[in-house]
Amino acid sequence: MESKRSVPRSFSKALPDGETVSCQSCRRLAVRYSRFALSEPAFRKTLTLSAVAVVVLLAGIFCSLLYASFPALQAMGFRFFIGTTWDPVTGEFGALPFVMGTLLTSFLALVISTFFSLPIAIFLGEYYRYGVVSSLVKTGIELLAGIPSVIYGFWGLFFLVPIVRALQLQVGAPPYGVGILTASCILAIMIIPYSASLGREMIALVPSDLKEAALSLGATRFEMVRKVILPYARSGIFAGILLSLGRALGETMAVTMVIGNANFIPKSLFAPANTMASIIANEFTEATGTIYLASLIEIALLLFVVTMIINLVGKFIVSRLRVEV
Amino acid sequence: MKDAGIKGRIASDTMFKGIIIVLSFCAILPMFLILFFIAKNGIAVIDWDFLTRLPSPVGETGGGVANAIIGTALLIVIASVLSVPLGIFAGIYISEYKKTRLSHYSRLSVEILQGIPSIVIGIIAYVWVVVPLGSFSAFSGGIALAMMMLPVIVMATDETLRLIPPSLKEAALALGASYPSTVLKIVLPAGLSGIVTGIILAIARIAGETAPLLFTAFGNPYMTYNILKPVNSMPLMVFTYATSPYPEWHSLAWGASFVLLVFVLALNIFAKLGIRKWKVQF
Repeated sequence: MESKRSVPRSFSKALPDGETVSCQSCRRLAVRYSRFALSEPAFRKTLTLSAVAVVVLLAGIFCSLLYASFPALQAMGFRFFIGTTWDPVTGEFGALPFVMGTLLTSFLALVISTFFSLPIAIFLGEYYRYGVVSSLVKTGIELLAGIPSVIYGFWGLFFLVPIVRALQLQVGAPPYGVGILTASCILAIMIIPYSASLGREMIALVPSDLKEAALSLGATRFEMVRKVILPYARSGIFAGILLSLGRALGETMAVTMVIGNANFIPKSLFAPANTMASIIANEFTEATGTIYLASLIEIALLLFVVTMIINLVGKFIVSRLRVEV
Repeated sequence: MKDAGIKGRIASDTMFKGIIIVLSFCAILPMFLILFFIAKNGIAVIDWDFLTRLPSPVGETGGGVANAIIGTALLIVIASVLSVPLGIFAGIYISEYKKTRLSHYSRLSVEILQGIPSIVIGIIAYVWVVVPLGSFSAFSGGIALAMMMLPVIVMATDETLRLIPPSLKEAALALGASYPSTVLKIVLPAGLSGIVTGIILAIARIAGETAPLLFTAFGNPYMTYNILKPVNSMPLMVFTYATSPYPEWHSLAWGASFVLLVFVLALNIFAKLGIRKWKVQF
């Protein structure tokens, strides 16, 4: 109580129940109440509950998707995955065109992006590990990952589409501009950062005595990269590519804006198509009828399961490598 | 290779290095192209009116994005309020109880959650919130975005707290501090910079998300502060206006994407600098 008197009157404030609160007693009150609020069992229980909540959330997502897509599972059965017609009017829902669209765009994007992400990984992991150039490139890549997907789509719509259209006129294809090729290019740019950053990490993990041994035997740096680094970091680089495939499969907005929205199996690289994600984005709000809606949700379920498997395999490879080194 | 002379080997070495450098810079080129393109078209549109007015109807020039800015802010606040406490607590659990089965499974769940395509999250929020409430709303959009933030925050918390030396915790416990106050007043503050960085990165991630909002927040051309009503957000607005056939709307979309890009990249850079500056060294 001694300290309370030393506080100037202007700093104290009377509470309704007559207790005077000063700075010091405020602090004391706070300490007292924090002790009350956080008994150890309660605190541990809160922590456990939060962790359980995360697991429940994931399980809930899976169960809800399964439950909500049940009408479609029942009505279409396995034909859903092999049917080639998607016609809401006649109630015919075959998802094959979208599965094909997704696979085509993703793998094409993967091939294009690997041409750039592997050099970046070698650039940052071996040639320029430190210094200004390195941090410049690294920042560039990080910012590339930070750009929202809708902006990629917007840019693609006004920058890439005219280029592709000109190309199509050159080769004599119908000049849509939008289509598989445009979508793959956008996707390729978007997923470069993911495979590049993991590839860099894995290349940087290659033990330096191995590299030095190769160099001391007279290998040039190129031979060292080819014969020592790449074989050593192979599975890590593969995991990076796998994880970026996971991103590419689920990417929605940029693809939706440039793929052209045609519900057919694409006949050429220039043809407009639809991916699993873009069909949901396009038709979900206008889906009328239980089976229509359930079919779209079933596509989402498929997307969920496929990306989950790819991510888990990729993460498994990475975690095993990190432990080994 | 065996027969290649030393000159050929040196030449291929130089060539390889050249190719690596050229391809690396080619890969960053799109970033500059995008920044340049958006800035070129966007800056001309932006003035005070653009930030404070509502979008104009088709055919009229001018108009602004005030409703989208408010909507984005609203969505970010809802998502943060829902996901930050849960994420931090789950992160603490995973880092504190490294060996339990629950810790293993929730870590796994977080990794899977992080990989879920954003459009699937949108559908989940639609099924869980929009259908029971009977209308599109900012609240449902906030829930969708919270699900996207959660894994980032849990991972950031977990990874930061793992780096904090056990001696710090042991010292606090040895001085008689209770377990909750050790965690909340010693361990958590020591890792605060990493956690805050994680939260900022999570916000940067969701600020540009469109897909989960398509059938949750839905978009709304008018101003609203009601979280049970549909709201507009910056990325949603960019999408709607960019895909419309009207040039006036395109210029609104350029402006909106410029504002969005600056906001998101600023958050990213801020988080990166923050890591360097506040990082506690042990």
